[in-house]
Amino acid sequence: MKIILEASQAVAEAVKACNVEVVSIYPITPQTHIVETVADFIDNGEMNAEVIYAESEHSMFSAAAGASAAGARSFTASSSQGLALGFEILGMISGMRLPVVAAVANRALSSPINIWNDHSDTMSIKDAGWIQLYVESAQEAFDTTVQAFKIAEETLIPVMVCLDGFTLSHVTEPLELENVSSFVGKYKGKYILDPKKPLLMGPVATPASYMEIKEVQQKDMLDSKKVVKKIHEEYKKKYKRGYGDGLIEIYNLKGKKKALILMGSAVGTARVVSDEEKDFGVIKLKCFRPFPEEELKKICKDIEEIAVIDRSLSFGQDSAVYTEVKKCLPDKKISSFIGGLGGRDITKKTIKDAVKQIGKGGQIWLK
Amino acid sequence: MKKVKIAGIVDEPGSTVKNKTGGWRTKKPVRDVKKCIKCMKCWLFCPDICIDENIITDYDYCKGCGICAEVCPVKCIKMEDEEK
Repeated sequence: MKIILEASQAVAEAVKACNVEVVSIYPITPQTHIVETVADFIDNGEMNAEVIYAESEHSMFSAAAGASAAGARSFTASSSQGLALGFEILGMISGMRLPVVAAVANRALSSPINIWNDHSDTMSIKDAGWIQLYVESAQEAFDTTVQAFKIAEETLIPVMVCLDGFTLSHVTEPLELENVSSFVGKYKGKYILDPKKPLLMGPVATPASYMEIKEVQQKDMLDSKKVVKKIHEEYKKKYKRGYGDGLIEIYNLKGKKKALILMGSAVGTARVVSDEEKDFGVIKLKCFRPFPEEELKKICKDIEEIAVIDRSLSFGQDSAVYTEVKKCLPDKKISSFIGGLGGRDITKKTIKDAVKQIGKGGQIWLK
Repeated sequence: MKKVKIAGIVDEPGSTVKNKTGGWRTKKPVRDVKKCIKCMKCWLFCPDICIDENIITDYDYCKGCGICAEVCPVKCIKMEDEEK
């Protein structure tokens, strides 16, 4: 049965459906609807979880880490400045291999203050050791959040579900909810704090072992692509709904020489323009970390020209998505476009402008 | 690849015994036994409990801080360069 929800509420529904045990909360626009809805579920008895109201995002991520270390399935959510304040703990959660799931309602970073959508918050922490999955719709937000718990718990790598602020977080859409209790199962941590079996987590690692520990983390992160794909496939089989191979989704790409690569809700607009114009295909990057290098190479085999739209900046150099794509496809003609910063809409015209200027070179701003 | 535990966790006791932190040392305290008056000041002041009651230095854990040489009233402890 289809119901109508915001993507924020869809994430909250997934958190409820996955029997999350601890939710740490600190409000920030545009994320607040997520934790607000979860808190409602707990208050009215629909969900049996502990809520920790933190005094900052730094404490909020710390509480999520502690809960996860103690063996609880743990969830939290943030945006923009909040995510930036929690930065220190993000690296600790991934370094301690705690399977926390966090939803991020993407929002521009200050200054100037801007509460609207772009990807500068999550792009600035792409190297923090979290798996990053970007969604396009409320339905995908629900499905991806469910899969995120399974992925995190199997790989011992935290997962960030990134949904565009307002464009998704505050927009109602029809979607299907699923009973996923048996799909995700009960969380049983492999390494947890238990007084009966003492364990030291996050100890000092001297120069003699730090590199080897990080080498393991890097290897596991690269290998996690397989797990992201596998769990997406299992979900697809069970609930008859999928998004490409779980890493990348393509649209109208067959037989095309031109492709547009982007992430998040703007993909929907690109699909419509692709249907109308028929001269380019769309490549949606769902998984940005780990980066699906091999998969992208395979998909782009016959593509000649590519336009990448980044919704974030790397001051002093090209933006993140373009840089990654260029690294994977050094021999292709690829153009870098900046668009949709600070909530500027990516309209059909924006997409057309990008496709029109494919191959122009330099960093082109779509205003 | 050297074997390490995931995230560097410590799940059994005794890891500090196994981890020979003396490797951090760049200077090594060497005592001139003939000059030593056995006042035990070095034993008292060593912050790492690396000097025993027989004034024998435990080089597995001594980090070469030099406090023993500093407090020695007859200056019988010399800090020598660690050869590596």
